[in-house]
Parts: sequence; structure tokens; C-alpha cells
Amino acid sequence: MSEVSTAKKKRVELLFAAFLLLIGIIVFVDASQLHSTYSQADAIGPKAVPYIVSGILVLSAIALGITVVRGNLAAGEEGEDVDLSQPSDWKVVLPLLGFFVLNLLLINWAGWVISGTILFFGTAISLGSRRWVLTLVISLVLALGSFYGFYLGLGIKLPAGILSGVL
Amino acid sequence: MDTLNLLMDGFASALTPINLLFAFAGVVLGTAVGVLPGIGPAMAVALLLPVTFGMETSSALIMFAGIYYGGMYGGSTTSILLNTPGESATVITAIEGHKMAKAGRASQALATAAIGSFVAGTIGTALLVTVTPIVVKFAVSLGAPSYFAIMVLSLVTVTAVLGSSKIRGFASLGLGLAIGLIGMDPVSGQKRLTFGFAPLVDGIDIVVVAVAVFAIGEALWIAAHLRLTPTRTIPVGTPWMGKEDWKRSWKPWLRGTAFGFPFGALPAGGAEVPTFLSYVTEKKLSKHPEEFGHGAIEGVAGPEAANNASAAGTLTPMLALGLPTNATAAVMLAFLTMKGIQPGPFLFENEPDLVWALIASLFIGNTLLLLINLPLAPLWARLLKIPRPYLYAGILFFATLGAFSVNMQVADLWILLLIGLLGFALRRFGLPVLPLILGVIIGPMAEEQLRKTFQLSAGSVSGIWSEPLAVGIYILIAILLILPMLISFIRRSRGIQSDLVETVLGEEHEPAKHKAELTGEKEQRVGKDES
Repeated sequence: MSEVSTAKKKRVELLFAAFLLLIGIIVFVDASQLHSTYSQADAIGPKAVPYIVSGILVLSAIALGITVVRGNLAAGEEGEDVDLSQPSDWKVVLPLLGFFVLNLLLINWAGWVISGTILFFGTAISLGSRRWVLTLVISLVLALGSFYGFYLGLGIKLPAGILSGVL
Repeated sequence: MDTLNLLMDGFASALTPINLLFAFAGVVLGTAVGVLPGIGPAMAVALLLPVTFGMETSSALIMFAGIYYGGMYGGSTTSILLNTPGESATVITAIEGHKMAKAGRASQALATAAIGSFVAGTIGTALLVTVTPIVVKFAVSLGAPSYFAIMVLSLVTVTAVLGSSKIRGFASLGLGLAIGLIGMDPVSGQKRLTFGFAPLVDGIDIVVVAVAVFAIGEALWIAAHLRLTPTRTIPVGTPWMGKEDWKRSWKPWLRGTAFGFPFGALPAGGAEVPTFLSYVTEKKLSKHPEEFGHGAIEGVAGPEAANNASAAGTLTPMLALGLPTNATAAVMLAFLTMKGIQPGPFLFENEPDLVWALIASLFIGNTLLLLINLPLAPLWARLLKIPRPYLYAGILFFATLGAFSVNMQVADLWILLLIGLLGFALRRFGLPVLPLILGVIIGPMAEEQLRKTFQLSAGSVSGIWSEPLAVGIYILIAILLILPMLISFIRRSRGIQSDLVETVLGEEHEPAKHKAELTGEKEQRVGKDES
């Protein structure tokens, strides 16, 4: 591992420690704004546990910062399909997130059949599928199948959106 | 005999055609997700939670039990044929199992794993039947202080003992507890951490958290590191064992079971420690120690049995105390809560039909698993060829669908995305997932018990240690936390690395040197767990 990438890794991990610290502070501030009315039935009130949680977060954030500075860097989680020899491939992840958000914005307006098709098609293509037609067919089948499956099998009516007269 | 009668009633309700169908669906699904990379039983149950919302509770639980046991069978298939264990519990299986497969003995490795899992699962479930009612009897007499102590114990052990980095474990626990705090405080009615967003007032749906962490986080993480060169699997025929293999397998199965169940049953739980212990023991007792590291069948038989027995053991604290100690049990518990069933010692009293049907279905599922796994192993192995883009696109698709269908709220999808990104970050920064999910589930339960404790003691801190069991548990927690630090301090002064994972991974390259360390470490671990 080269010097540069180690230094960069350290910075990213310190950023994560800072994120933990921030969450800890948010939990603390939020708890401090609660009213605790002393009563026999609730002696410690709603604040005590959030304070403890905030303590755990702040302390572990600081400890994490120290170990990272000392050079104890994280090992990413292993898995069957995971290749840790490469850095995170944002060219895959960002489009994935994009399609996830697109679905989220479209689901009520366009309906699940359309938004779900786009979701599956888009994510599969982002993940490297090159058989466009087959992928599109699978997407359509899954989206339509789940729409009717949920409706007929479970009585759950997913949004039909602009196709509401058709489906 | 009372237990036996109840168990028979359980069989009667589990053997109805519809429930048998669900048990079958469960084991098939469980094996499939166990074999498929990137998706495990916890994720499968999480993805199914929304679908099962309208189902009969017992049928759904029976299916989940099948998935739970099935995931274990499927997982061993992958680690033997691929040498890429999906979870820590099958790391050991991969060591010897994959070597066996490479040497052309994949069939025997799969057979001893499957039959050993069956033996261990059946004995483990029988032990579950005998032990759990006793624990329940004991647990009913416990007060809030003891409960609080037990919950703290399980959180601490999962966080500090099982993972490889304590600091990262506690960070993950803290995040989980913080997520658990979100929503209306049940006692004072005040809103915590809602920031004025209406959808947060009821708290974040546990289904959404589970799906986000297990499915979205995992899929994103794998997507970022997707292996471009497809992994090569070893072709395999139908599993079978010769006479010699049986002779060498049956004792490791039983010993593995003996290791696995107690570790699973402790609120500390975990399958890692007993599989390691079993491996080390078999290596010591084997008449062929030279085969270890080159594909010794005992090294597959023992750890696989330990793994499954511990899975059965894990259900003891889940059913008797309402305490999950692994991810799948946690999600199953979330399901019970979602169905309005109060987990805990009164579960046996309030829902005997449900509990005993579940236990009976474990026996049934285990038998079904043996039946579908032995002859069909080659078929399962073909699942490994599924194109990865479809697999992970499918996970994202069904995760979205599942989380959305719970409340039909787009807000849930935003929460899904945010916690999914958090799940990605956990994997990126080496934080274990389990403390987070247990923090979300156990956190609110523990707070309730803590406040009850203070209510009983009229606000005096001494209430926390007002029960003898609670005192004992706090001492145990202190030992668990301090002892490893002492060990690592001593070891550091001797200049030996202590990272468990590294020893295992390193073993591949330098068998002799590292294995000595592994053995030494395990012995120290035994001492710790017994204390």
C-alpha cells in the first residue's frame, strides 16, 4: 500500500469518526431539550437513556479517531462477490442511488409498475448487465408480477399512478 | 410429560398441509439464500416481513424457521464449493471443506456437512425443548433489574466479545441505540430525535431498518466492489459418504453439537467461538492430524455441527427471554413485535400454540432440509451461476417494494435510503452490523426495564443492583470487558498479533506457524468464556 492512499484512507475514516461524534452531539442536544418532570413513576425521565447513548457515540467516536490516527484502519466487510482489492467503484454506486431516488420520486405519480420497471432495469444496467432486451423483459415481468401478486395475493394495492385506468 | 404433550400439539398444528407447505417454502428459500452470494437468512426474513404481515402468525414463523435452518445448510455449500464464506460461522468449514472439494472429495464434504447439520440441528432442537421451559420458569421470577442486566449483557457481548474491533462494535451499537430512540417516548409522551418530521413520531419501522441495513446496505456495498472475474465453483455430484467417512464423522458431529448448543443458548451467543473450538478439538483428537489443512473430513463435520447446534441454541434466549443474539433471530423477534405479540418469558404462557408449532416445525424443517439437500446439491450449486446484475438489482427491487408496502409512504423510502447508506458506511468502515440491529431492537426494551427498575426503587440508583442475578451479571460483564484487554496487553508485550480474523486468513499462507497461534488463542478464549 502506498503512502498516499493510506493517508487518504485515514482522512476518510476520520471523517466517519467525526460523523459519529456529530450524531452523538445531536442526540445530546435533542435530549437536553426534553422536559423532565420528576415523578415517582418515572424517576429517571426521558433524558437519561439518550444521554447514555450520546455518551457511547461520543466516546467511541473519539476512540475511533485515536485508533485511526495510530494506523489501525478498517478492513471492509468480506463477502462472496466482494473484491476488496479495488477501491469503491462510484461509477456503479452513484447511478444505483440515482435510480433508487428516481423510483422514490416517481412511485406515486407514475405508479409502481412504471417506477419499479425503471428501478430494476436501471440498477441491473448500472451493475453491468448488457443484455438490454432481456433485462427490460425481466424488469417488466417483475414489476407487473409484483403489482398483481401483492394485489391478488396479499390484498395490498400498490400505487397504479398514471396507469390506474389500465391496470 | 407436560412438555411432550405440548410438543405433540405443536406437531399437530405444524403438520397441517398449509403449514407443511410453508415449512417447505421456508427450507427451499432458506437453502437458496444460503447458497446465493450476498443474501443471507436475515436479509431473506427481513425482505419477507412485509409480505407476511397479512399471514397467519404461526405459518409465517414456521416459514422463517425453515429459512433460518436452511440458510445454514446453503451457507456450507457455498463455502465448500467456493471457498468464500459469507459469514464468520462458516469460515472454518471453508478451510477444510474447500480443500476437500479441490481434492475431488466435494461430495463427501457436502454430505458430512449436511448430515452433520441434520444430526446437530435435531439434537439441538431437542435440547431447546428441554432447556427452554426451565429457563422460562426461572425467567418468570425475575424482576426488571435482572432483565435490564441480561439485556446489557447481551448487548455488551455481541458488541465487545464477538467482533474483531471493540471500538467499532460500540460505535455500531451507539448508532443502533440512537435509531431506537427516534420517536415518541412511551412514558412521558415527548418526541425524541424527530426534528419535527411527522413520519418519525411513531419511530422508524423495524422492517424498514432491517431491510435497509441487510438488503440496501449490503447490495450497495457489493455493487461498489463487485468482483468482475466470476468466481470458479467446483463441479459436484450427488453427496455421498463411504464407510470410512461415516466412521470419521459421527464423533465430530456429536462433539460439535456439544460445543455449539451451550454457546448459542447463552445470551452472549454466537457461532464463531464454538466452530473454532470444534475445529481445534477435532484436530487434536484426530488420528490423521497431518490431513488438517489439506482437507480433513473431521474439520468439516465438527464445525458444521457446531454451527447448526448453536443456531438451535440461539432460539433459547429468543423464546425464553425475548432476547435475540443473532441477526435472523433479531428479525424474527421484530416480526413478533410487529404482530403485537410480546416476546419474553410469558410468550410460552400466552402463546403456547405458536411456540410449540414453531419448535415442532424446526424438527420438520431439519428433516426436509436433509431430504432436499442431499440429492439436490448439484442443482443448488448451479444457483451460484446467476448473473450478478440481476441478483443485486433484484435485491434492491424487492427491498424497495417491501419497505414501501408496509405503510405505503414515500417517507419510508427516504428513511430506507438513509439507513441503507448508513449500512454501506458500516461495511466500508469495518463496523459490525449485528450490534446496530440489536441496539435498535433491544435498546427500547432495555430502556423500559431500566425505568421500571427506578420506579421500583423510587429513584434510588441502588435499584439497579437490587437483585442477586443482576449483581452476578454485572460482575460477568466486567470480567468480559476487562479480561480480553488484559490478554491483549500481555500478548502485545510479547509481540504477538491477536486479531482473530487475521490468524484465520493468514493460516492459508503459513499453515504451521499460524495454526499454533490459532490454537493458543482459542484456549484463551475458552478460559474467558467459562469465567
